[in-house]
Amino acid sequence: MENLYLMMVPLFSAKLMLVLIFGTLFGLILGVLPGLGPTTGGALILPFTMTLEPLSAIILLTSIYCAGTYGGAITAILINTPGTPAAAATCLDGYPLAQKGEAGRALGMATVSSTIGGIFSVIVLVFFAPLLAQLAYEFGQPEYFALAIFGLTMLASIGDGSPIKNLIAGSFGILISTIGKDFMTSIDRFTFGINELTEGIGFIPVVVGLFAISELLTQSTMLDQVFKRVALNAVKLPTISDYKLTWKTILRSSGIGSFIGVLPAEGGTVASLIGYSEAKRWSKNPDEFGKGSIEGIAGAEAANNAATGGAMVPTLALGIPGSATTAVILTGLIIHGVRPGPDLFREQPEFLYGIFGAMLISNILFFIFGFFGAKLFARITLVPNKILWPMIFALSVCGTYSLNQSIIDIWIMLFFGVVGFFMRRYGFSVVPVIIGLILGELVEGTLRQSLVIFDGNWLMFFTRPIALTFFILALIALAFPLMKRK
Amino acid sequence: MKNVQNKKRADAGSLPFFLKSSFKVSFIIIFVSLILLFTTFSFDAVPPILNRGIQPATFPKGLLVLIIFLTLIVYFLSLKNPWKTEKILPNTFFKTLYSFILFIIIAKTLDFFLAISLLSLLVAYFWGETRIFYLFLVSIVFPCIVFVFFETILGLRFPSGIITNIYYN
Repeated sequence: MENLYLMMVPLFSAKLMLVLIFGTLFGLILGVLPGLGPTTGGALILPFTMTLEPLSAIILLTSIYCAGTYGGAITAILINTPGTPAAAATCLDGYPLAQKGEAGRALGMATVSSTIGGIFSVIVLVFFAPLLAQLAYEFGQPEYFALAIFGLTMLASIGDGSPIKNLIAGSFGILISTIGKDFMTSIDRFTFGINELTEGIGFIPVVVGLFAISELLTQSTMLDQVFKRVALNAVKLPTISDYKLTWKTILRSSGIGSFIGVLPAEGGTVASLIGYSEAKRWSKNPDEFGKGSIEGIAGAEAANNAATGGAMVPTLALGIPGSATTAVILTGLIIHGVRPGPDLFREQPEFLYGIFGAMLISNILFFIFGFFGAKLFARITLVPNKILWPMIFALSVCGTYSLNQSIIDIWIMLFFGVVGFFMRRYGFSVVPVIIGLILGELVEGTLRQSLVIFDGNWLMFFTRPIALTFFILALIALAFPLMKRK
Repeated sequence: MKNVQNKKRADAGSLPFFLKSSFKVSFIIIFVSLILLFTTFSFDAVPPILNRGIQPATFPKGLLVLIIFLTLIVYFLSLKNPWKTEKILPNTFFKTLYSFILFIIIAKTLDFFLAISLLSLLVAYFWGETRIFYLFLVSIVFPCIVFVFFETILGLRFPSGIITNIYYN
């Protein structure tokens, strides 16, 4: 009961509600704009959150996450270009249905199923995160090491890229985390005599570089792309027959999305693809899929929004990001001095339940904004890239500079922007780099501290049941994508 | 028969191995990793009496060996399943990249704000914007708003330069 009250705190605070409304609107705009999305947008706004206290800052980021994930559906349905990667599966049926003159119906179903999926996942988050946090009390350094390894091996299956390329990218991220003074011995590593590097490389320049600047370079190669827009009159709520046809799909996809979200490193993209394919598998009309099936839209959209709450479970309970955007949220928590993990649940329940409540309210807010404002948001895509991206560059540079007031951070941002561009060009996802960078310190720290505990005996890792379980799960996570390919 | 002929034709027209993307990318990753691996041998070591666990260089060494090993796998897999050929990068990409270099030079020598303004102008122009009003909006109005926002709300002090000095004085 007390927790329920804590969840309602944002509702009674004008400031938090203002942050929530702004975050939801901003998230919708980011979601609608192809190439931006909640991850890049979250990275861009991260430096600005330094003016807010931690709860407001994290509420801002989570509301951007929830609304941005939904916003991608608007462009997926109207211009056949997913605003976010998580909305890629929505294009398959959303656009064909819109072409049949039913854009309003398609958007209505996307809005309703996203909201239900999002709310479902917050319920999962509220019940599951504290349980996982309680379990984490049993964890020592070896267990955390095994868990981090499991999280990293899950990178093999994210996105549609090669699993091995994802692992290379993840290892690259961990390697970046070793730059600077070694935390145990204070010995310099990879500093090349540059004083600014002794403190290591910050998250923000790398995140902004890999997401925003690399996207700017990608956009520079796509200037000849022409979007065909489908006209939208108004968003229509689904009819009774639509609900009868899709309620099972929405519930199934909500469950799938929440589960996929909980898995470390997986996120809305994987969830929506599985949600979509399961909707097709269980449908009485599988032939309709790809031609404008309302079930296809419901399956994909409920799953990708359900992944938002799911992905917050390992992020808050264990400090292991559940998706690319939660990696940015985790960065936000760290720079605000909040250390995720079981202690957070014991010591700051008002902070956590405030976030849960804010996510719940954000899901309701984007339903309202989406329902009444989708037509307006769709017009945002009319802003030409040649105007939009130079502005994003100015924001990226100032935002990156603002954290440490260090010009070297801008060079790092530009360097990772170029690296990120070429990584994406040759099929390497940039998401594993960020997750590797975030988990790097945990992996190395827990490994070295475990070896101290075990007196240098590596085999001792396998005598701990929880650690062994994570290692087995890691092996499965590595083998699964390879087996799937065969 | 026709498929075999097509394959032969494709093979004949294909690039030598060292010009293929998979080779170039793998080569660069391994080359950089080897340089970094070589660097790790110059890291200071903890004396054996104080050493608990592993040396500071051990973990990065292990990671670099792993990256090299995984890259070799990726390369050998590419021999069986070649990577798709990438489109040639357009001029706008290189112009944007050169603008970055100009940005670095100007930010370092003249002025940080001027560099942002000039890069915004160049990117918008190279990407096809020729209307003066929008160029003005992108290169002057928006950077000014961002500058004032960061300066007043976040209390940020930008690096000194010919324009920022006028503002601060």
